[in-house]
Amino acid sequence: MGRYVARRLLQMIPVFIGSTLLVFSMMYALPGDPVRALAGEQAVDPVQIAAMKKELGLDLPLWHQYLNYLTGLFQGDFGTQIATQRPVAEEIARAFPITIRLALFAFVFTTVVGIAMGVFAGLKADMLRDRTLLLITLLLISVPSFVLGFLAQVFFAHQLGWVDPNVSPEAAWDELVLPAVVLGSLSLAYVARLTRTSVAENLRADYMRTAVAKGLPRRRIIGVHLLRNSMIPVVTFLGTDIGTLMGGAVVTEGIFNVQGVGNAVFQALRHREGSTVVGIVTLIVIVYLVASLLVDLLYAVLDPRIRYA
Amino acid sequence: MITIDKKTDVPAPRGAEDSGGSLLEVRDLHVEFHTRDGVAKAVNGVNYSVNAGETLAVLGESGSGKSVTAQAIMGILDMPPGRIPKGEILFRGEDMLKMSYEERRNIRGRKIAMIFQDALSSLNPVLSVGYQLGEMFRVHEGMSKKQAKAKSIELMDKVKIPAAAARVNDYPHQFSGGMRQRIMIAMALALEPDLIIADEPTTALDVTVQAQVMDLLADLQREYNMGLILITHDLGVVADVADKIAVMYAGRIVEQSPIHELYKRPAHPYTRGLLDSIPRLDQKGQELFAIKGLPPNLLHVPAGCAFNPRCPKAQDVCRTDFPALVPVTEQDGTELPGRRSACHFWKETIHG
Amino acid sequence: MPEALEATTKDATAPESVPAAPPAEKDARARSLWSDAWHDLRRNPLFLVSAVLIVVLLAMAVAPWLFTSADPRHADLAKHYLQKPNWSHFFAEDWFGYDIQGRSIYARVIYGARASIAVAVGVTALVTILGTLVGMLAGYFGGLLDTILSRITDVFFGVPFILGAMVVLTSFEERKLWVVILSLAFLGWTQIARVARGSVITIKQADYVVAAKALGASTSRILLRHILPNAMAPVIVVATIALGGYISAEATLSFLGIGLAEPTVSWGVDISSGQEQLRNAAFVLIIPSVMVSITVLAFIMLGDAVRNALDPKLR
Repeated sequence: MGRYVARRLLQMIPVFIGSTLLVFSMMYALPGDPVRALAGEQAVDPVQIAAMKKELGLDLPLWHQYLNYLTGLFQGDFGTQIATQRPVAEEIARAFPITIRLALFAFVFTTVVGIAMGVFAGLKADMLRDRTLLLITLLLISVPSFVLGFLAQVFFAHQLGWVDPNVSPEAAWDELVLPAVVLGSLSLAYVARLTRTSVAENLRADYMRTAVAKGLPRRRIIGVHLLRNSMIPVVTFLGTDIGTLMGGAVVTEGIFNVQGVGNAVFQALRHREGSTVVGIVTLIVIVYLVASLLVDLLYAVLDPRIRYA
Repeated sequence: MITIDKKTDVPAPRGAEDSGGSLLEVRDLHVEFHTRDGVAKAVNGVNYSVNAGETLAVLGESGSGKSVTAQAIMGILDMPPGRIPKGEILFRGEDMLKMSYEERRNIRGRKIAMIFQDALSSLNPVLSVGYQLGEMFRVHEGMSKKQAKAKSIELMDKVKIPAAAARVNDYPHQFSGGMRQRIMIAMALALEPDLIIADEPTTALDVTVQAQVMDLLADLQREYNMGLILITHDLGVVADVADKIAVMYAGRIVEQSPIHELYKRPAHPYTRGLLDSIPRLDQKGQELFAIKGLPPNLLHVPAGCAFNPRCPKAQDVCRTDFPALVPVTEQDGTELPGRRSACHFWKETIHG
Repeated sequence: MPEALEATTKDATAPESVPAAPPAEKDARARSLWSDAWHDLRRNPLFLVSAVLIVVLLAMAVAPWLFTSADPRHADLAKHYLQKPNWSHFFAEDWFGYDIQGRSIYARVIYGARASIAVAVGVTALVTILGTLVGMLAGYFGGLLDTILSRITDVFFGVPFILGAMVVLTSFEERKLWVVILSLAFLGWTQIARVARGSVITIKQADYVVAAKALGASTSRILLRHILPNAMAPVIVVATIALGGYISAEATLSFLGIGLAEPTVSWGVDISSGQEQLRNAAFVLIIPSVMVSITVLAFIMLGDAVRNALDPKLR
């Protein structure tokens, strides 16, 4: 197991470098210029711009800039914002916890409600409640999350007045309920369907018949024998889901005006603040990589037939 | 955790308390399955009984209803699509079909246990064998995890699994086929049930391992004085272990007999066919006999005797009249105890 | 030699069809995977509904003038500013009301189908080609090539889709249709690549491929004649469902203000501009949103139905 973890961690390095390089080159190779963006519409002396670029290291070739960035990153330096002169790390430290909170909230919601719905439907496959679930999940998958967000906002904030349409900059837990539900709804549909299929399939397995023949109580048959086996594919999905939720948070944050990374990326993109964008995307990629490693390890715990060498 | 009255460790003598009635008696059992294409009548009026310490072999091809009957006894039929329109299953005189779910659950595993054919798929792949064995003690006897583990090791020793203590935490896929089947047997034996139903317990195993597992099962049955229902399609397997035999065809019993008499003098053409298709050393070099045709489709069972399209002795009456399961006698009319046949021409078959 | 190969090709389909059904069974099932699937699909209401929807949507995209005579760009602020829908005026210019510039929402919704569907179809076509190619090469050749291609796939897979698309698209001053298509395809091919790779690895070990190899078939022949056709089933299912996802993605990006932009008529563009009237005229936002949802639903249902038909085990 230890060797497997070590190998996986080693494999993460090229993926990590690749992802950062990808985002870095997308940010810098494509047209657009942070210094010009800073100046806005005003005409600025080209000499001055060149001087500024030199000072910021933006006149260097792309690979050199990337190397500088990476070197800084390994020393914990995410770079400095050009417009505000604030360290990027500060912006990340402010915005990241909010998005993590939102994504975690959505993740818990997805997992708990999704699995419960899936088990509920899968136990009685092809019955009315199964069909109903299929319909609900189809709708959740079809309606884009921003549409769902707007509908939720119109209904819960404007019509019923239960919540404020905008989340305050502190983003307290209770304010994040609605955004988290909206953010998690797509994944919820996938988790519910996956659980449903898996439960319905395992229900027919021979070992379930054995469990009944052993005279075990029903909740033990379902809770221990059925669920342990049915959760295996679901856990795999949930692993990649954390990264997806962090990415999807960009949209949800836009609707509910949450001051998280989505918002930060948005502002940074507008001002062509490359280092902020790259920094945030890098962190999301790390979250994704770590989550998928954890899931693979959990997979081995759930399914003893998997052996890592 | 459900705790039911704790039993003492000493096994109580079986069969002594109610030597009068049978341990298990199946009466006129019918099972049907409702499918998209119609109603499949899998079991059509089966009667059999088992006493403590007795072994009943139930023989038949796939689709003969032998496993479905066993599943009905065990209460593990999928219902729906399965349905039991008629019949009784008496366990120590009480009809289990009339019991509540909880009452039946208390019998399952504790009083009647089952051994399945494919141990690999019948054991839960993600739980250790120790956990699966220990579950019996934890659920039915309310033991702690630690006590249950100790009992599991004891059980694994009992079924002769080498290094039981070291292997108790292993998973089913880490054992060989024979060892897995021993674990299934151990699980069935765990609470020293009164009756064990073994559904083709050795079919999935190598021939050499088959004999070992069969011997083990027979030894343990003797030791605990249990009733045993042995379901098989292989006449060769049962000769040494069974006391009596019921041959099934198309959901009905076509012949019943004490085991040795059946081999000597079958009273049904189907049984005769089965016996003739066993390879024998003294007939080396000859072409092996095989029963012609296929087992009937349960959606469209032939009229009259279900075996008539495949029967070498079939007459017109076989295609129209359904043969009842009648007592078989000697030529002079003396009764042969325990023998019955469902053939219009049983006399010709047994005495001819 | 070619004859021998034809023979193996025929045998190749054998494992997927049941050899000879017992006489008792009503219909002999000696059909191939695809004709079997088609047989199932024709009687699946889910498939029929989605197929009809998709045909109608495609007709809208190709010939919007068949559905309305109104001009989606004609603005009459004075007369129609945020005029409410007239639900009983079926297929009329004012059926769905007018937007903030006094343009017929019905006409815009019809004409908007073209851009939205063009983006989705274009992206799906590109990712299917690229993803299948990468997945097939990685899966078939294995070894170092697989390691490299798989790591590259991981890199692209790790970058969140919408976030990545935002980064790429903000760099373009003018976001034309092909820019959006290329950007989404650039980021989206990984899913298909993973599915294709897994599928190819399974098929590579199948007896008919081993047999073809033993008979000396060339690599390109094995890949094109044996592996590709058999690996396509899961790819097509994933691609169909992804198509729905790209409709949604186009709208999402437009909503964020970085997808297609005016004067292009698209559902996303209208949703984006409809946000401002959310409180007083929600229909401006909701009607194109419903169109997006229906379209996504149609493709997802189609994908579901096709998957069920191809793999009855999943039911």
